Amino acid sequence: MRKFAADQLTKIISSISTPVYAPVEDGSMVVYDRYEDGMTLRLDKVGTDKTPKDILFPQWENLMHFRMEGKTIQLTEEERAKEDYVIFGVRACDIQAIKVLDRVFLADPIDTYYAARREHGTIVGLACGEPAKSCFCKNFGVDPAKPDADVVLWPAGDCWYCEAYTDKGRALMESWPTEAADEAAVETIKAEIAVKYDALPFAKLNLNGFDGDHLMEKFDSPKWKKLSMPCLGCGSCTFACPTCQCYDIRDYDTGNGIQRYRCWDSCMYSDFTLMAHGTNRPTQVERYRQRFMHKLVYFPSRNDGMYSCVGCGRCIEKCPMNLNIVKVIKALGEGDSND
Amino acid sequence: MTKETLVPVLGIVTDVRVDTPDVKTFRVNAVDGGKCFEHMPGQCAMLSIPGVGEAMFSITSSPTNKEFMEFSIKKCGCLTNWLHQMDVGQMITVRGPYGNAFPVEEDLKGQDLLFIAGGIGLAPLRSVINYVRANRENYGKVRIVYGSRTKEDLVDYPEIVNEWCQEAGIEVFLTIDQAQEGWDGHVGFVPAYVTELGFDPHGRVLVCGPPIMIKFTTQALLEMGFDKTQIYTTMELRMKCGVGKCGRCNIGDQYVCKDGPVFRFDQLGELPAEY
Ligand code: SF4
Ligand code: SF4
Ligand code: FES
Repeated sequence: MRKFAADQLTKIISSISTPVYAPVEDGSMVVYDRYEDGMTLRLDKVGTDKTPKDILFPQWENLMHFRMEGKTIQLTEEERAKEDYVIFGVRACDIQAIKVLDRVFLADPIDTYYAARREHGTIVGLACGEPAKSCFCKNFGVDPAKPDADVVLWPAGDCWYCEAYTDKGRALMESWPTEAADEAAVETIKAEIAVKYDALPFAKLNLNGFDGDHLMEKFDSPKWKKLSMPCLGCGSCTFACPTCQCYDIRDYDTGNGIQRYRCWDSCMYSDFTLMAHGTNRPTQVERYRQRFMHKLVYFPSRNDGMYSCVGCGRCIEKCPMNLNIVKVIKALGEGDSND
Repeated sequence: MTKETLVPVLGIVTDVRVDTPDVKTFRVNAVDGGKCFEHMPGQCAMLSIPGVGEAMFSITSSPTNKEFMEFSIKKCGCLTNWLHQMDVGQMITVRGPYGNAFPVEEDLKGQDLLFIAGGIGLAPLRSVINYVRANRENYGKVRIVYGSRTKEDLVDYPEIVNEWCQEAGIEVFLTIDQAQEGWDGHVGFVPAYVTELGFDPHGRVLVCGPPIMIKFTTQALLEMGFDKTQIYTTMELRMKCGVGKCGRCNIGDQYVCKDGPVFRFDQLGELPAEY
């Protein structure tokens, strides 16, 4: 275990030779953006408005370009990322979310656009000092006191404790002005976080029955109708979510050819599955059900029990109609009669 | 397989055949000749005209065709309208093959096969039928029930009449929805015709067509004593990626693009009927 004085933090970030993405203020929001001197760092912010997903799987990205001439087509692939970078200050839930994205994009056949970015990144995790009321990450096996990252930082007021866990992490930390620190101090911090966390309102949700074995039972629940009634289909929950990865592929005319790009999409949108002869999810009830069935049942059923929710609480904060996944878990959970 | 997810190869249209008033079959070659990639019967490919759109089509030709691939495409939207205007020599983009295939080398081997198709639903089955014809010794009796709205809507009627109908060990039963001048064959919907023909419940059945036809045909088959494990079909949902990542084409925990499009009926029965 190492540590460095609190006032060294921005100096350390500035000294990193590769681009660094960190939670910074952008107007009224906190987003993960390329850090530059003078920006306001917000490592204190739990549930940043945008997530580190933006860096690995950006809201839109170019895939390839076509030149069309008469009947012929020329294709040029967009170059894959080849520059190393650091994402600094990623919470345990958002790191787990990256593991969820890995399951999707790194599964055969690999998405090479994502894979290249993933490979070039080093992640500096940030243990949570103060959880938000809406946090419920531990339900999904996430430990807010111990992010699974290349380097982990623990906040301790006048100093930061830090430890590298991978070769990438050790290489990054090599030039940091750190000194040896007492392991026990970090254990105390971890224990404090655990206590604070356990006092949260959604600390212990009952996830029994959210698995492939109960797929039809959960799908057929009569409760979806009432649960989804207020949903506007605005998609805010999916855009705020660090694990949502549905995307669209689109073309636009650049005036000099056709640019093919991909962009985030949302299963909450009415045209998401629309085909020439109609859609298989005609109302918001089916769309709403899809989002949560995917996260709580379909995904774990295909990914060794791993949920595609990490309990970050963002959908609780962002939904204009006050809907969220916790309500779904409580309503559909086993032995829970309150809907 | 096209080597990169989402990145297509270029193909060139080397022949266009007008099959019906709204179906054309396009022959596609790689730009330097040959096929864009190998596939198995039932698999699909993403075709696109940059700037117009990209969509999934089943590969109509059999993999035993070593020279080219064929796609029978029904005109029903923006991209397909554009495709229908294509001439020989037009380049398109192709990626795939996607999805599973009919188990021609496993479960179907050694079996009597009953193919039941409605309209453009013949497209994926044609690949299997011609695969079976090319490996005739590996399969039992072949029976084909095929129906469409009118006689003009039967896709690639010449191949059916001049080749399939002439071959020993293949029986073809054609039907059209309504009586029509110049047609002395059967008239009526496919499910009713299947019931009328009455098949022994053995072997394997491959059904493909509009959802409503699939539904009633399966009912008819089950009433005849067929088991759900003997019946296969293909599903069609909106697709973008083709590789189980864009999140668009799932039925329950199965992605049609990757785990399908071919499903056995008992497997389908264990999934939500959200299709
Ligand atoms: S569903 Fe809600 S709580 Fe779960 S990861 Fe997404 S935004 Fe966070
Ligand atoms: S944010 Fe709320 S209202 Fe908007 S789509 Fe999500 S659940 Fe529906
Ligand atoms: S088409 Fe993208 S998941 Fe099936």
